[in-house]
Amino acid sequence: MRITVTTGTCVGAGQCVLSAPDVFDQDDNGVVEVLDAEPGPAQAEQVRLAGQLCPSGSIAVTE
Amino acid sequence: MTDTEEQLVVDFPLRKPGEVFPPPRYEEYRHREGLVLSYLPDGKPVWLVTRHAAVREILTSKKISSNPDRPGFPNIGETMGVPRQDQIPGWFVGLDPPEHDRFRKALIPEFTVRRIRDMRPQIQDVVTRVVDGLLADGNRSADLINDFALPIPSLVISALLGVPKADREFFESRTRTLVNIRQSTDAQRDLASRELLRYINRLLEIKAKWPGDDLPSRLLQGGVLAPQELTGVLLLLLIAGHETTANNIGLGIVTLLENPQWIGDDRVVEELLRLHSVADLVSLRVAVEDVEICGQVIKAGEGIVPLVAAANHDDGVFACPHMFNPERSAKQHVAFGYGVHQCLGQNLVRVEMELAYRTLFERIPGLSLAAGPDGLPFKYDGVLHGLHELPVRW
Ligand code: HEM
Repeated sequence: MRITVTTGTCVGAGQCVLSAPDVFDQDDNGVVEVLDAEPGPAQAEQVRLAGQLCPSGSIAVTE
Repeated sequence: MTDTEEQLVVDFPLRKPGEVFPPPRYEEYRHREGLVLSYLPDGKPVWLVTRHAAVREILTSKKISSNPDRPGFPNIGETMGVPRQDQIPGWFVGLDPPEHDRFRKALIPEFTVRRIRDMRPQIQDVVTRVVDGLLADGNRSADLINDFALPIPSLVISALLGVPKADREFFESRTRTLVNIRQSTDAQRDLASRELLRYINRLLEIKAKWPGDDLPSRLLQGGVLAPQELTGVLLLLLIAGHETTANNIGLGIVTLLENPQWIGDDRVVEELLRLHSVADLVSLRVAVEDVEICGQVIKAGEGIVPLVAAANHDDGVFACPHMFNPERSAKQHVAFGYGVHQCLGQNLVRVEMELAYRTLFERIPGLSLAAGPDGLPFKYDGVLHGLHELPVRW
């Protein structure tokens, strides 16, 4: 599983941080920051949820 | 739409006295193919959107605008809720990208998950003091809308905006007048909104001279937004975050009293947001270009009303949607909207709701409704679903 984010379109809702706190964070500007771009299977479900919940479509998850 | 099915044309979905919310009509609309056509109180046609996927599609489409100054933008009525403030610069919920981006980017550092977590002690302090107030008079009864649900978000926003403690009472009473359309007249609300605007301008002058550790000071120093834009921003935060939060807190208390086995479990918050969907008529839109949604072409200049309560009760996404079930995965709800305007205050709300319920039921365990749930005064005369009053005793 691989995560790519588009920081330019991020609207800082924080849904990813709430869904997968070990994988996503927000930087000082409130913009998405990936802590682990290739998370293991234990995180897979949370990461998929983060991708679905992101309101601005800034998170792409490839399996 | 298939040829066999005729275009469904329905009354605009204003809430009706005695009808449950969300109304059963929504289910009927959702099971139709295509979209449902309706007419606004001013006679203009508007498309109603009820399916979860379609609501998300509308709210993320680049061909669709949030700008109320555009021709065809749905005007759902003068008497609906707060006075229209479209003329105020900084009312960025009504701006489209790229203009919207500048405001949103300037504000998101103030509402990150971490920043809100750091505010927890302050929010707890507000809630504790409001509960102290309930217990102080020894009456063992209260109206939890006016004495609990409305003061909490107002005092939290005061804290967020760095309103000095001495002014918070003033601030709270004026915001309450604005929101409480049943207990205040048009003239009183007009005055309150002018007083608040004047107060916000003075606050900004003070923060410019004597910066503090608060949102207005940081935004002034950031220099991205002009002071006159900040007036609109602060007013938006105040209005967007007050009645919405209060209505959710109030309705949630009723649901928890009906389902006491869930009291004390923080999972209730997300499910209550989904279930009550108080901001059903908030995310109004207009098409800028022709756009096809659910097989229906919406023409440029036609208004669109995505009904978030309908989407949050879409049985294709949420099984038995009318049941309160905190064990379900409610996170896909669109109670905070979706797309670039998705609620900026959502993480704050989650903490406010969690601490409000926890503190209330811990400190007043014998709480019950003063009358049966059937007699509760639901709001039919504003934009938001909620209660005018919530009389309880203990
Ligand atoms: C339960 C409480 C709340 C609900 C249900 C709610 C709902 C919403 C919804 C549906 C939107 C999207 C509007 C649209 O699409 O046009 C929105 C936007 C917004 N909300 Fe909330 N809200 C709540 C509380 C708050 C609070 C506490 C604050 C701030 C302190 C806040 C600030 C905002 C702002 C600034 C926007 C505009 C964001 C933008 O345009 O980028 N809201 N809210």
